[in-house]
Amino acid sequence: MDSAISEQRPALSSTADNGLKIVVVGGFGVGKTTLVRSVSEIRPLNTEETMSQAGEGIDDTGGVAAKTATTVAFDFGRISLDARNVLYLFGAPGQERFWFLWDRLFSGTLGAVVLVDTRRIADSWYAVDRLEHHGTPFVVACNDFGGPAHTAAEIRDALDLADEVPLVFCDARSRESSKQVLISLVEHLKNVVAADPEHGRRPVPEPAP
Amino acid sequence: MSRVRPGRDDSPDRLYTLTGGRSGTGSTAFDVVTLVVSECEPVPGMQSEHAAILRMCRFPTAVVEVAAGLGLPVSITRILLADLHDTGRISARHPRPTSYRLPDHDILEQVLVGLRNL
Repeated sequence: MDSAISEQRPALSSTADNGLKIVVVGGFGVGKTTLVRSVSEIRPLNTEETMSQAGEGIDDTGGVAAKTATTVAFDFGRISLDARNVLYLFGAPGQERFWFLWDRLFSGTLGAVVLVDTRRIADSWYAVDRLEHHGTPFVVACNDFGGPAHTAAEIRDALDLADEVPLVFCDARSRESSKQVLISLVEHLKNVVAADPEHGRRPVPEPAP
Repeated sequence: MSRVRPGRDDSPDRLYTLTGGRSGTGSTAFDVVTLVVSECEPVPGMQSEHAAILRMCRFPTAVVEVAAGLGLPVSITRILLADLHDTGRISARHPRPTSYRLPDHDILEQVLVGLRNL
């Protein structure tokens, strides 16, 4: 039953005891898996989560099934940070249907990277909006596709990005560049914690249906 | 994303059978990054998924890695893990920070050091 994948995967240290997560979110084809692959110590794996949603308080008059199943597939990679801490990177689609599972899969995430293709900025609006709503700290990383250059100010304006949210440029194919994106996120997190130690301890608003 | 997605085209009947008809554990203890460690070796007659988990988790392995290795959705994997955990055949190392609470400064420093050393 062991798959070839698990046989090839380098084992974690037996002392590893603390899994951490960072989510890389963005539109289709923006390079999420590429970024994960660049820094991961394992070839990115793919799995999925399903969730059935009961039709709450709605009469099932049409004889249609009262439950709907939503399935979200996601990629992930892994970085052993030290003897105890292991960072998992999740590449997750930014479309609306994905957010359904945010609480279930990615609660407790350190933060998020919104990966942006500057030729298709509108693809990222929804992700930015939801992360702000959730109070999940994030950075915006513009993946270089060799398109016309935009200034940081133009991109911030197009995303309606708050001043405190870092905006970085990257090449997701480059390990060093992808690593810098993650470092910028963790440095941002430190700033958020320093500025507001109570951040994230407020009740989380229910996600809109 | 063009690869075959585990579970997607599986017969629901098969998934139902794997978990003895259960669709949830009533427990949210297993985070996707909870690290699972086997506490025993598989024995003959054991459900094959249980045996596969025990082989996979000789070293710490995250729930999400177990799911990918089994080719099953995370929710189904959690049920299988709960079975093994309830009978002491695996142990679980849960992530330290809790939901929607920022990690403390020390953890962030450790993450930064680890990333810079990549």
